[in-house]
Amino acid sequence: MTSLDTRDTRLTTAPPRTTIPVRTPPSGEQSRRRLGVLRTSDYLAVVGGLAAACTMTALLWTQFAPFTGILGYIITSWCLFVLIYGVLVSLDENRPTVRDRVAAVVVHSLGAVVLAALLWVIIYTIYKGWKALVHVNFYTQDMSSTGPLDPLTKGGIFHAILGTLIMVGIALAIAMPLGILGGIFLHEVPGPFSRFVRTVVDAMTALPDVVAGLFIYATLILMLGMGFSGFAAGTALAITALPIIMRATDVVLRLVPGSLTEASYALGSGQWRTVRSVVLPTARSGLATAVILGAARAVGETAPVLLTAGFTAAVNTDPFHSPMMSLPLFAYTSVQASEPNPIARGFGAAATLLILVLLLFAIARVIGGRGPGQLTRRQRRRRAAASQRDLKRYLARQAASAVEGGA
Amino acid sequence: MTALAPVRRPLKARLGPSDLVFRGIARGGGALVLVIMAMVGGFLAYRAWQALHKAGFAFLTTQDWNPGAGTFGIAAIIVGTVLIALTAVAVALPLALGGALYISEYAPRAVQRTLISLIDLMAAVPSVVFGLWGWKLLQWRLIGLSRWISDWFGWIPIFKVNGVQRHDPLATATVYTSSTFMAGIVVALMVTPIACSIMREAFGQAPPGEREGAYALGATRWGMIRSVVLPFGKGAIIGGAMLGLGRALGETIAVVMIISPVFKIQPHILQNGTSSVSSLIALRYGESNPFSISALMAAGLTLFALTLAVNFAAASVVARSRSGAVSEV
Repeated sequence: MTSLDTRDTRLTTAPPRTTIPVRTPPSGEQSRRRLGVLRTSDYLAVVGGLAAACTMTALLWTQFAPFTGILGYIITSWCLFVLIYGVLVSLDENRPTVRDRVAAVVVHSLGAVVLAALLWVIIYTIYKGWKALVHVNFYTQDMSSTGPLDPLTKGGIFHAILGTLIMVGIALAIAMPLGILGGIFLHEVPGPFSRFVRTVVDAMTALPDVVAGLFIYATLILMLGMGFSGFAAGTALAITALPIIMRATDVVLRLVPGSLTEASYALGSGQWRTVRSVVLPTARSGLATAVILGAARAVGETAPVLLTAGFTAAVNTDPFHSPMMSLPLFAYTSVQASEPNPIARGFGAAATLLILVLLLFAIARVIGGRGPGQLTRRQRRRRAAASQRDLKRYLARQAASAVEGGA
Repeated sequence: MTALAPVRRPLKARLGPSDLVFRGIARGGGALVLVIMAMVGGFLAYRAWQALHKAGFAFLTTQDWNPGAGTFGIAAIIVGTVLIALTAVAVALPLALGGALYISEYAPRAVQRTLISLIDLMAAVPSVVFGLWGWKLLQWRLIGLSRWISDWFGWIPIFKVNGVQRHDPLATATVYTSSTFMAGIVVALMVTPIACSIMREAFGQAPPGEREGAYALGATRWGMIRSVVLPFGKGAIIGGAMLGLGRALGETIAVVMIISPVFKIQPHILQNGTSSVSSLIALRYGESNPFSISALMAAGLTLFALTLAVNFAAASVVARSRSGAVSEV
């Protein structure tokens, strides 16, 4: 106690060792310099390079050599573009800058190729399925009384949509509690065992879907004699979704601020209490995203469904008996026909599946768009109101105790 | 101020009953995942035993698949599987690397999150959709590329195509479709997002101090990437490519839709006809003969072991390059 007091007095009496410089206000107008701005010559190099490459390839294609095909045209003109652009930039820049510019062009085009492939797949599928998608009966009827030659105004994929929803529901009912529990284990009980489990789960994420199907086929269907059914398919899908949910949960829990959990421990709560009242509520949106990502993966799996659910053309709502249809399997089997209408239906089913996945992703994005602990404006208002109420309550209690003390 | 030596206080908390139960249940959940994984391998091995016992060592060297007649082996289908997967990774690696670098280094901040979720979306596009696209559209567009490669690089054995003359304008297009190359390209687009997101995550964690140090020393953006980001993310690049390889080995439906099965070793990747373990299973699972099913289980077990080995290796490479377990605020 005494030593502290003496230090205090010394601190207050000692002269300040640091001096604060006097700031003089800047003279004259100041404007913020813009860094990383593109100059006219940069634009000109890109545009000129592109124009030169396209026209040179066109010349090559039509006048000099017997080349054909749009793909070849694009590849050749891209290579020429990189070359010409490099030469153009080298006219007024040094070597490292040229390398930087060429690398930027290559990286940008690789990124563009990935995105273009994704868009191409999505647009092609919806475009080919459009003929079937515009009919209402496509969503409300099954295929039990429709043959391959029937027009698109007859028959639909209602049985497949229903089957997919039931199977994914079963898969989530199994994989969601297990996956979240496993994720909590990975995060909350660290040690050599959980490190081993994490490695196994990492490996399981890429377990071939057909092997998961084969496993259920070998156990439930061949050994237990269950027969093709929605439940068997649901368990197979659960095996594929489980590692995804578990890993995503682990990652999401890692994002919970350490200061929150430490505050909870400092207040004397145990681990279970902290997990239940601090960690899980903070990570709620992230957990929802984890589950939705698992569902999106399970919806699209074809191979396990092919091996375990069987094939039917009629609506079946009983997951434990007789085969059940699903969207990916419907798409897979329909497009193998030779008539145009079943093929259109197959593309329609694939497009429906794709839209379902897009929808799940949009939901995941909306729910998990913000990090853990970040609140929406409404949540913030509600918390402010709650703390105001608490303040009022405390004041009222204080006033009441003061009155009691006085009396 | 006594002269007692400082005694280290034991800081071991005694867990309450609720915490003990919680830990027990969590541990049980973790163990259950191990049990499921062990059961997948165990049951496949158990069902495959009959076929493996009968075929013996010939299972590894026979190319034909005819369990009914007793001659079956995985020599041809394993070669096909590995070739498809290697083609896929060879195409996917530059795409994933470019995409990851673009998102983490070049893309404007405003669209970065959108791009990340687009890549995640690409990973979730159902394989049947990719298969349809590759089978009905892409492989017909790529015939020209296939023909060009085989015309000019046919002297390299794997690019050789039997049965067509060089520069023959009348050669039938179907020689080039349904090949290892076509299947590999479609699978490449399916594994690109997986490899890409692992690489992007690692690139994003590259230390900002070192990045700014490189800039301060006068590096261009590409110079900074080469000297800071790429060395930092090397483990993730290798690991991402290997995880992609593991995924490509097991891809089923897209491959089934594109290839036409051939049960002999097909080293010419541009030529029609190849085979893979997963497509074999998807095509033959309906056979009623228990011995044929047992043979299929043996093939499945091989695939399981192969992907597991690749994934374990990949996971250990990625884990070694990962840093930071908890985020602090």
